[in-house]
Amino acid sequence: MLIDWFTVGAQALNFLILVWLMKRFLYQPILDAIDARERRVAAELADAAAKQAEAKQERDDFRQRNEAFDQQRAELLDKARDEAKTERRRLLDEARAATDALQAQRRQTLDNDARELNQAISQRTRQEVFAIARKALGDLADTSLEERLGNVFAQRLRALDETTRAGLAAALGSAAGPTVVRSAFDLPLPQQAAIQQALDETFPAKANLKFETAADLIAGIELAANGQKVAWSIDDYLASLEQAIRDLLESQASRGSAPPHATEPKSGAATA
Amino acid sequence: MHLSPDEMIFWHYGVLKLNGTIVFTWALMLVLALGSKLVTRKLSTGLERSRWQNLLEIVVSAIGRQIEDVGLRHPRKYLPFLGTLFLFIAAANLGTIVPGYEPPTGSLSTTAALALCVFVAVPLFGIADLGLRRYLKSYTEPTLLMLPFNIISELSRTLALAVRLFGNMMSGVMIIGILLTITPFIFPIVMTVLGLLTGIVQAYIFSILAAVYIAAATRTRKSETDSRPAPTP
Repeated sequence: MLIDWFTVGAQALNFLILVWLMKRFLYQPILDAIDARERRVAAELADAAAKQAEAKQERDDFRQRNEAFDQQRAELLDKARDEAKTERRRLLDEARAATDALQAQRRQTLDNDARELNQAISQRTRQEVFAIARKALGDLADTSLEERLGNVFAQRLRALDETTRAGLAAALGSAAGPTVVRSAFDLPLPQQAAIQQALDETFPAKANLKFETAADLIAGIELAANGQKVAWSIDDYLASLEQAIRDLLESQASRGSAPPHATEPKSGAATA
Repeated sequence: MHLSPDEMIFWHYGVLKLNGTIVFTWALMLVLALGSKLVTRKLSTGLERSRWQNLLEIVVSAIGRQIEDVGLRHPRKYLPFLGTLFLFIAAANLGTIVPGYEPPTGSLSTTAALALCVFVAVPLFGIADLGLRRYLKSYTEPTLLMLPFNIISELSRTLALAVRLFGNMMSGVMIIGILLTITPFIFPIVMTVLGLLTGIVQAYIFSILAAVYIAAATRTRKSETDSRPAPTP
């Protein structure tokens, strides 16, 4: 008999015991270990996914901050550009104003210089005219300029119009001190006497004269009494001389500034 | 020369006896249980683990996948029974390379015991899964006329399980024994190698068939298409 039923029973029991042993020592521990590992891997994957999501969130935040920063920077740049433009305009205006002021000052200086030059020229012209007249009178008429001036002034006193004479008479009458006769040179005594005489003849009141020399009166005599004044000088001649010279200079300047027609460029070529 | 390790009697008292089948089975049980205990003593749940743990995890996972492939949806429920069937038969058959060892599976008593275990386990799993009434009703499907044939089918496949494994293992041992007397060199080694292959294949066939029977009992009778009798190689 190939089958021994006792052995069959024993083997069945052995097998059942082995099933329990294997379940106890093999399957359960191994499966538990696998489960634990899978849970751990799942947890790590979930953790990695969470970290990835967090990183994505941070990346988005960073990108948004970057965009905001860029926008802010662009706004600041625009603002700075505008401010620089405004500042540049202000500086240009200031520079322009300063330039204008400088130009005005320079023009003023030039005008002053020109005025001073004119005065110097006038002064010099007076002196020269006076010298020429003195020399010409000495050479040609055998007389001095002072004599002629004194005589001419005496004649003028005599030939005063009524209104001036009345005004001067009132002034001489009311004058408290002596009446001052100022001249650019020392009047010789005959001329002083001639003037005194002319006054005595012209005005009823006796004039007490005082003769003074004033360097600024070039070739001129003036009589001043209580606000009234009678004068003669060569200023009128000088004025006409100045006018003649100015006319001559202006005609020279206008001739020099007019460009010759042959060298005038064609307007088409100039604007090309 | 023994036809079966049953004939190796070490101790005898009435019907009680201690033959080679039982002794070698105990030895195998000791090796399997001790080996498992040693390997699973320091199991790692981390990503790094020992080679033995790796090996056992691969074996257990592979058995679980095979059970799932057969059609059992919850392999962990059947893993201890079917996995132990495979491991015991494979270990018993592979042990033939040890001199003096006689495989317990070469005994018809052992294979009959295993087949009886399957014979009992199939309805138990079926009732646990379907309930007693539905399980019993499954024997009358598709018609009541099929009841005797279904019962005969259950008995015959159990007998086939036992005889197939016994025949293969016994014949292998017998062939090696005969060849040792005729050509003591080379050929027995070739046959031993062939026997190892045959042993693994038989372990696989036995456990897969048991899984198929259980699957048929728990699932197949839920639909008509699955009510066909399980295949037998």
